[in-house]
Amino acid sequence: MTGNPEKSAYSRPESLRDVPTHFCAGCGHGTVHRIIAEVIDDLGIRERTVGVAPVGCAVVAYDYFNFDVTEAAHGRPPAVATGIKRVRPDLVVFTYQGDGDLAAIGTAEIIHAANRGENITVIFVNNGIYGMTGGQMAPTTLVGQPTATCPGGRDFQLAGPPIKVCEMLAPLDGTDYIARGALDSPAHTRTLKGYIRQAFLNKLEGRRFSLVEALTACPTYWRMTPPASLARIREEIIPQFPLGVIKE
Amino acid sequence: MKNNANNQPFLICGNEAIGEAAVQAGCRAYFGYPITPQNELTAYMARRMGEEGRVFIQSESELAAISMVFGAAAVGERAMTSSSSPGISLKQEGISYLAGCRLPAVIVNMSRGGPGLGNIGPAQADYFQSTRGGGHGDYRTPVLAGASVQELADLTFLAFDLADRYRTPVLILGDGILGQMMEPVVIARPDPARTPEKDWTLTGARGRPPRCVKSLYLGPGELEAHNRKLQETYREISDREVRSEAYMTDDADLVLVAFGITARICREVVSRLREEGLPVGLFRPITLWPFPEKSIRDLSRKVKKLLSVEMNFGQMVDDVRLAAEGNCPVEFFGHGGGEILTGEAITEAVRDRIPR
Ligand SMILES: Cc1ncc(C[n+]2csc(CCOP(=O)(O)OP(=O)(O)O)c2C)c(N)n1
Repeated sequence: MTGNPEKSAYSRPESLRDVPTHFCAGCGHGTVHRIIAEVIDDLGIRERTVGVAPVGCAVVAYDYFNFDVTEAAHGRPPAVATGIKRVRPDLVVFTYQGDGDLAAIGTAEIIHAANRGENITVIFVNNGIYGMTGGQMAPTTLVGQPTATCPGGRDFQLAGPPIKVCEMLAPLDGTDYIARGALDSPAHTRTLKGYIRQAFLNKLEGRRFSLVEALTACPTYWRMTPPASLARIREEIIPQFPLGVIKE
Repeated sequence: MKNNANNQPFLICGNEAIGEAAVQAGCRAYFGYPITPQNELTAYMARRMGEEGRVFIQSESELAAISMVFGAAAVGERAMTSSSSPGISLKQEGISYLAGCRLPAVIVNMSRGGPGLGNIGPAQADYFQSTRGGGHGDYRTPVLAGASVQELADLTFLAFDLADRYRTPVLILGDGILGQMMEPVVIARPDPARTPEKDWTLTGARGRPPRCVKSLYLGPGELEAHNRKLQETYREISDREVRSEAYMTDDADLVLVAFGITARICREVVSRLREEGLPVGLFRPITLWPFPEKSIRDLSRKVKKLLSVEMNFGQMVDDVRLAAEGNCPVEFFGHGGGEILTGEAITEAVRDRIPR
């Protein structure tokens, strides 16, 4: 592009590899990956970042991120990140987790990492369903929403209401920054990027546990088109999962 | 701080001996969750790691503790966790991941009576779990079984070295008695730990391509190739790292096979019966995996009988039988309920079984 006066407004961040992803059409994971990569580039921390990938649709995050990444057992990323950060405080450590990973099997790990005030960033991708295993009920599935394991819709009496992770963690004194964004519109996407940037910035400033939740779509297992999925986030999910900075 | 600068022996319990050896072996991080009979180790590490400015965390569970070990190992630091049987069951998830990801780590099991909550007495009922990998998937972990407080300390140094050399989790297997009894020991790092260059650790991708620690292999043939590499490592360990001790086996008709605290009791039984002129000996596996098959096979060709003595209802005896390849009868004596085997009971069992 040398000599071309036009500046490319949209190029691949260095923190993202130049490979196609396996995500379905309308899935939020690719966008969240990109936001993280842009923020890491922005802050110039690619060479001292270690990511912790979840078990879930984002399991191969290390194939897409262009920095050091480790696997973790299902739900254990906060504990793995704790181990990394405590022995190498100079590294920037973040976990990337789905709602099954973080809010079901990994509930103990996230609560205690938050309560200890671990100096890590958690990116929590909430699509309200288990994508990887074929669309089962997640802890964040809305009441009435049908899934493979609640075909008649989530029953409040049987399964309780969806867990609101941000509101659950915010009262813990170990948490310094908790925010929830959504990927239903360009404006919300930009706001979400701001939250994620802040969550990483906090680490550089030595602040403690930071978590950003992203409400994303899973058109495949919501059995909807991508545009209808975005409308669903706006009309059904955001009213129950309010957006904004919940704690800072 | 335990001072043994002049290599003067001092009195310490098995749990603490492991802790002090780990500190001297350069363990940078310890993660644990309380459970009897290994609480002295967690408490010791809480104090000593603090003194040394290293990392100690009392985790929310054994699942978390082993995952914290995983994280510390992934960035190349020596890390350890300890527990007892029910907690070790929970750690199996992480041990399998450590094995699959080829991460070094040291895990201590001061085992107790099971199954379930069992009791807090000494037992060797976790032999199968320890020597068969323990978690899911096709892997093994070196298992080091000491018979004295001194040996537990010595094996702790070895455990960290083996873990680094072969990039594998290593298990130290003791029991409630070994963990809690006090003996005079000298804990001195043999020579500066030889940690091999670690060219796989996640230290930030500065001036090099990114690295990845993982056990997931989805492409056709990839997992097979990865597992073959693991098996190659296990073969290497089996070739080089078998450790055992033989006591009065040369002219013995009956050889007891026992590990850990049971071997210690058996040794006294053998001494006493030798005084009476009975031709008995003791063979003690120190590495339970790799199992000293060859030595036992050689013995099985010379002796009239092998007797596996265990604080369980018969686990290691399977390995003794496999190693003996039918060359001589292999019998079992033991009990399992969190109670120590007495010298009297073993003596009687030996007298009953001595080949005439
Ligand atoms: C111990 C364990 N239990 C279950 C699974 C199967 N499993 C894989 S991913 C997953 C849930 C993923 O859902 P979520 O965390 O919401 O992420 P998504 O796939 O929707 O991005 C489950 C249950 C596993 N791999 N390990």
